[in-house]
Amino acid sequence: MRRLLKVDRGLGRDQGLNLATHEATSAEVTHSVPSPRRTPARRTSAYLTKHPRTRLALLLSAPLFWLVVVYIVALLLLLMTAFWRVDTFTGDITREWTFDNIVTVATGALYQTVTLRTLGIATAVTVIDVAIAMPIAFFMAKVASPRAQRLLVIAVLMPLWASYLVKAYAWRSVLSKDGILEWLLAPVGLHSPGYGIPATVLTLSYLWLPYVILPIYAGLERVPDSLLEASADLGARTTRTMGSVVLPLAFPAIVAGTIFAFALSLGDYITVNIVGGASQMLGNLVYTNVGAANNLPLAAAIALIPIAIIFGYLALARRTGALDSL
Amino acid sequence: MSEVPAIRLTGLTKDFGSVTAVDHVDLEIAEGEFFSMLGPSGSGKTTVLRLIAGFARPTSGTVELFGEDVTNAAPFDRDVNTVFQDYALFPHMNVLDNVGYGLRVRGMKRAARHERAMRALAAVRLDHLAARKPAELSGGQRQRVALARATVLEPKALLLDEPLGALDLKLRQQMQVELKQLQRQLGITFIFVTHDQEEALTLSDRIAVFNDGRIEQLGTPRELYERPASRFVADFVGTSNLFSAEHARALLGREGEYSVRPEKLTLSREPATASGTRSAVGTVVESIYLGSGIRRVIDLDAGPRISVLERNERSGAAQGHGERVHVSWHDEDVVALMPPGT
Repeated sequence: MRRLLKVDRGLGRDQGLNLATHEATSAEVTHSVPSPRRTPARRTSAYLTKHPRTRLALLLSAPLFWLVVVYIVALLLLLMTAFWRVDTFTGDITREWTFDNIVTVATGALYQTVTLRTLGIATAVTVIDVAIAMPIAFFMAKVASPRAQRLLVIAVLMPLWASYLVKAYAWRSVLSKDGILEWLLAPVGLHSPGYGIPATVLTLSYLWLPYVILPIYAGLERVPDSLLEASADLGARTTRTMGSVVLPLAFPAIVAGTIFAFALSLGDYITVNIVGGASQMLGNLVYTNVGAANNLPLAAAIALIPIAIIFGYLALARRTGALDSL
Repeated sequence: MSEVPAIRLTGLTKDFGSVTAVDHVDLEIAEGEFFSMLGPSGSGKTTVLRLIAGFARPTSGTVELFGEDVTNAAPFDRDVNTVFQDYALFPHMNVLDNVGYGLRVRGMKRAARHERAMRALAAVRLDHLAARKPAELSGGQRQRVALARATVLEPKALLLDEPLGALDLKLRQQMQVELKQLQRQLGITFIFVTHDQEEALTLSDRIAVFNDGRIEQLGTPRELYERPASRFVADFVGTSNLFSAEHARALLGREGEYSVRPEKLTLSREPATASGTRSAVGTVVESIYLGSGIRRVIDLDAGPRISVLERNERSGAAQGHGERVHVSWHDEDVVALMPPGT
């Protein structure tokens, strides 16, 4: 250390550079930089650097525990419950294996109608959201200035800061017989759709729109501007560029967006309660069976329907290659 | 040369907010010319290219292609094609479909389209990779696909935006030769944007040197190198020894700013005596071995620090550090520079 100080002083003087290089040649200078101390943390780091498998195990154990125990096991338990039945006298669950619940759900007219209605609503919501999200996402990603882009992202995210219930009840108020929509539409001879399936579709579309815009926006942002310019340069008009370049490249992102809108709609039962009038969706049936009817096995069997549908949808999406880039 | 220029720019100006990227550029580029726009980044050369291609609209001024005003025409209505800096190949199409894209857009039938695209690919020796995706190609191959895609449409002018910038030196030199050959073969105007002065000098018929959105000097490579008009051009194109007005008065006996190329200076132990030559005394500060030559940095007693390029021919003539030498030059090699801002 003393040596180092000396060098420092040398540098301060005139022609100190020469002095410094002179001293640097002496062997003692090697001691001037202290070698790192062997602390336990350091030894652990060294051990982990040499053993990549241990490193991987430590890194993955916590998330894997969460995924397997909390997530997959819970799903499997649900699946198992669907094959039990409820004692009609005591109301207790009897752990006897039976296909009764599955058969009831698969053949019952009520369940078929509600399944079809739920599917229809989810599909309508998905289509509407993509139709609205595409132009907004394109404008955000390719037209707006960087400043406007930031503001728009905030604007899209803003509704997510408000509670789901607040937004659903806001729509209930908007759609009511003497609500703002009626007041706006009456002068042009139109009326608010009132409560029912159209109101449910409208409200769900509103609720899930940010989840559709954001992945599409992210996908479009990844498409370099030069590709659009190249397409125009090679003679393609705007619609052609959209069809041949933008859509194919944004397709995985669009599918990702539809998965959000579709899956979230499929499982929803609160919105339909608030603005759906008397209409029921699959979620409502599950809810009634868990609560009022106290038939957990039947509820589990009903819950398997949206799970099956969403698995089918994911399989379809995977076939298009849309999940490859996620 | 035909009377109507391939490209004519009149008073072309482009503002981005408060920044003027292109400032009243007037330019005529002849048919079949290899024309380079050279300048540092931010000098406006790429913006001029984008204005010609139609990717941006000028704030004022006009763009004419073969006498036709296309200032406000969309890119797809202009008979020029672009080779992009990042190549801009469509990642979801294979090489053949990339090259055939412009033909498909024009409604050409599949068989005819593929045949034309294959011919264009054969011209750049890539026909064996037609089924590959762009991601499976090397940088040089992508570059050639981009060239084939742009030339298959037989445009009246090809715009190239720093197309060799991403390639390594060896490949770049090879592509320079190929570009020059391609241009001669097609006989169309090439407008080539680059910040590499050596590349511009090698390839071009004429060069426009851009600085701050204006054309600083326009001329053949020889004119630019031998007779740079301004301090900026002298400094940007090749290496120059610049003499300020004060030093010029003392050393050259002239008024104004001057520039002398390093290879025009000679070193000797005795002052030069031949007519038309002058010399000055200085001290060698640094000698850099370049292989083909030796660069010496010399502090002149009565002037700036200058650089002298000696050919590597005589061994033993090397002057060491601190050695006193005479630097001499011929009066004809001293180039007067215009004062900045004229």
